[in-house]
Amino acid sequence: MRFWLGGLITAATGIIAKKYGPSVGGLFLAFPAIFPAGATLIEKHERERGQKAGPDGTEAARKAAAVDAAGAAMGSVGLLLFALVISRLLPEYEPWMLILGGALSWTAASVSLWLIQEYQWRPSNISDQRSATRRPPFS
Amino acid sequence: MKEIVVRFLIGGLAVSFFSVLGDICKPKSFAGLFGAAPSVALATLGIAIFKEGTQFAAIEARSMIAGSIAFFVYTSAVSWILMHRAVSSVWVTTTCLLLWIAVAFGICGSGDLCELKLI
Repeated sequence: MRFWLGGLITAATGIIAKKYGPSVGGLFLAFPAIFPAGATLIEKHERERGQKAGPDGTEAARKAAAVDAAGAAMGSVGLLLFALVISRLLPEYEPWMLILGGALSWTAASVSLWLIQEYQWRPSNISDQRSATRRPPFS
Repeated sequence: MKEIVVRFLIGGLAVSFFSVLGDICKPKSFAGLFGAAPSVALATLGIAIFKEGTQFAAIEARSMIAGSIAFFVYTSAVSWILMHRAVSSVWVTTTCLLLWIAVAFGICGSGDLCELKLI
């Protein structure tokens, strides 16, 4: 399903860029096309798991999807950095270098932000306990 | 038609790759990072550079800045709503796409970041 959605949005982005120009097409490079499907799947899986363990796993499932969305919000900062690197440096440097540099920038920014929030919100009395009900960032 | 098929295949593969990475990573907040991976951007910009040239791709990347800010607003809103309101994630994630559209086109239309030519 994700393959189809990813393929569809990439093909659609190309068609939009051809019809309306690169300015409009470029917006859709950061369109959350796959995100709703991913979040819905996480909620579904967590609900099924929760219902096996107890009477109602709905709230825990919703919170798991919320935590996933918070992670994606941190990733979007990396996405912004990726776009900045490519747009500022593309005409001057080799494209393959910039695409690699952009991908590395996304990784560095996203992981750094995640590490910062992890240390910020991790309860001091719990060493390595992580669960969907833990307080997420941006909440 | 051939180009559309190539885009479809490359985009599908790129998105699947990052999705699999997200599936195998834990905890969930870390796996969530891959929900904002530049999968479509990597596929599209690579093809755009090859087919249309670096100038075209640079304009696309500049507009992508507005799209990324909209993505941040979108995912933050989705996370907050799911954490504080008893609503299903299908409803929230699809309804909030309107927020993404409003923010992305709002930034693009109100500044010098991109030149909108819708008509």
